[in-house]
Amino acid sequence: MRRDVLTGSYFTLGDIACAEGALAAGCRYFAGYPITPATEIAEHMARRMPEVGGIYIQMEDEIASIASAIGASYAGMKAMTATSGPGFSLMQENIGLAVMTEAPLVIVNVMRGGPSTGQPTRGGQQDVMQTKWGSHGDYEVIAFAPSSVQEMFDLTIEAFNCAERFRCPTFVLAEENVGHLREKLVIPEPHEIKLVERKRPKCDPKEYAPFKPDEDLIPPMAHFGEGFRFYATGLTHNERGLPRTVDPDIHAKLVRRLNEKIRRHAKEIIRVEKLYLDDADICVVAYGIVSRSAASAVRAAREMGIKAGLLKLVTVWPFPSDEVSRLSEGIKRFLVCEMNEGQIVREVERCNKCSKVSFLPKLGGEIHTPKEILSAMRAAL
Amino acid sequence: MSRLVHPLEKFVRPGMETRIWCSGCSDGIVLNEFLRAIDELGLDMSKIVVVSGIGCAGRASGYINVDAFHATHGRAIPVAIGIKVAKPELNVVVISGDGDLFSIGGNHFLHAARRNVGIKVICINNFNYGMTGGQSGPTTPMGAFLTTTPYGNIENPLNLVQLAAAVGATYVARWTAFHVRRIKESMKKALTKKGFAFIEVVGICPEQYGRRHKMPRPIDMMIWLKKNSVISRELDPSKAELTPERIVVGEFVDAERPEYTELMRGQINSIIEGLEKEGKVSDVEI
Repeated sequence: MRRDVLTGSYFTLGDIACAEGALAAGCRYFAGYPITPATEIAEHMARRMPEVGGIYIQMEDEIASIASAIGASYAGMKAMTATSGPGFSLMQENIGLAVMTEAPLVIVNVMRGGPSTGQPTRGGQQDVMQTKWGSHGDYEVIAFAPSSVQEMFDLTIEAFNCAERFRCPTFVLAEENVGHLREKLVIPEPHEIKLVERKRPKCDPKEYAPFKPDEDLIPPMAHFGEGFRFYATGLTHNERGLPRTVDPDIHAKLVRRLNEKIRRHAKEIIRVEKLYLDDADICVVAYGIVSRSAASAVRAAREMGIKAGLLKLVTVWPFPSDEVSRLSEGIKRFLVCEMNEGQIVREVERCNKCSKVSFLPKLGGEIHTPKEILSAMRAAL
Repeated sequence: MSRLVHPLEKFVRPGMETRIWCSGCSDGIVLNEFLRAIDELGLDMSKIVVVSGIGCAGRASGYINVDAFHATHGRAIPVAIGIKVAKPELNVVVISGDGDLFSIGGNHFLHAARRNVGIKVICINNFNYGMTGGQSGPTTPMGAFLTTTPYGNIENPLNLVQLAAAVGATYVARWTAFHVRRIKESMKKALTKKGFAFIEVVGICPEQYGRRHKMPRPIDMMIWLKKNSVISRELDPSKAELTPERIVVGEFVDAERPEYTELMRGQINSIIEGLEKEGKVSDVEI
């Protein structure tokens, strides 16, 4: 009897689907702090975790939540924390620690409107750039943008698979609109769920170099208490994990590898969905909840004879640079729709080679209507 | 010719660079007593995890040949909690300094002690931020002259023993770097204690603190500790005075309270047993 995969059909909340996705992915450690609109994830985990023999712990703040999840990850558990804007800002320093110590970890950010306390109960997409650049230093991350309750479940599993495989913090960036959305969720049979587990060392503990990568640039991970007796530090370290903070070559080599281990696998990480892009004049770029309005708008445009298409970003990070560059050669214009003042549009502009880029922002917590996107398309062409 | 080997060398992580600590620093004394405590208790080194934060004392975790984690500034305790809760069979010890544990990380200390998570926290209190060059901190005595209190400190220092006792630590002791055997005995007690245990070691920092307070040599600071410390024989934290003139040392709390990970495991087991009895997969509505 599997208590972690509750196979069946449900009518439920995005936040709950996210929590169930985590449990199905093997998450057995959740640390969090109450914050709107992510609280339902913590509440559901508080009820469900003990049923699967896992741990729910409410920490004193978001800093402690992520720090303890890193500790649990090093002790061998699949670990997660969930928060929203203000808590996400507090987590930034330890996101860098997870990057540097290569701790598999899933961070869910149910995005609300900012800056600061902003709009606690309204959605936004204002933390997309923060996810990539929020902690100091150079690093690459993986971030999924679910657009439905079903994707909250599916992509949380994907996030765990990426975190475990690449030994890096991985993000689920959902808008409040998706977190608080209630719709159909289908939880499949356990055997239909593909899980990835972190690579483990096979060597003698005495020979173990905790940060010596294999050819795929990812080092196998030992857990605390297994006799490897190793050291992990946020300081620049050599392959044995020992601090080496003034050697320029060691620093450059480490930071490059941390970036390269994601970049080199970008093709297999990146996921996009395309609609009518084969002959499109205008390509709408959207992610998360906005991609649903965008899809409606594109269909309506086609009915009106406008050659419109949609590029939906399922992963926002790494950004699908090659895909966007290639697309720019065949279309007349991109229309980027975001619930912010312009974040992913900068990436589209960066990768655009020979097309034009328009931007349709929306602030205040409401989703773009298909009508708004359609008029923006007509104005742009 | 055979090489002379220090009896504690087997506990030291091979390959670390020369100790980062200044000569005369008491961090090495505390590290030494920690290793002796492990040795005398005959603990399995593979079941000990040391976590530390940032600062001079925070480097201790690297030198001990156990599983160790060097966290961000102030966050050693929550990392240690994650490890302990995930693997309660491990003996998880935090070794760090006063600034790390009680200024930037103060909130975590309160809640770890309140929850009674069975981790052990060893704080080396040197009254200043040594690594960054001698700035004032949360334990700096009134009137002390440091690089950021050039006209004298006007802030009231925290009394770590009283704080730990107030928030529910089940073992609380304070010694100075002069009381090496007592440090070791307290560490042995803490390491075998079930609940949250706290040891403050009043350390010496001749380089940053001593030389600004007419104690430029390590021996001057050791004499200061010896002259001004008084051993309390009562389990009474209200007696735990700490000023440059009077350093009350001893054990101040030795109590038992239900430990967090045991309570958690108990709750998990009873929930699963309940489901099994009723033949249910889950009691939670999705």
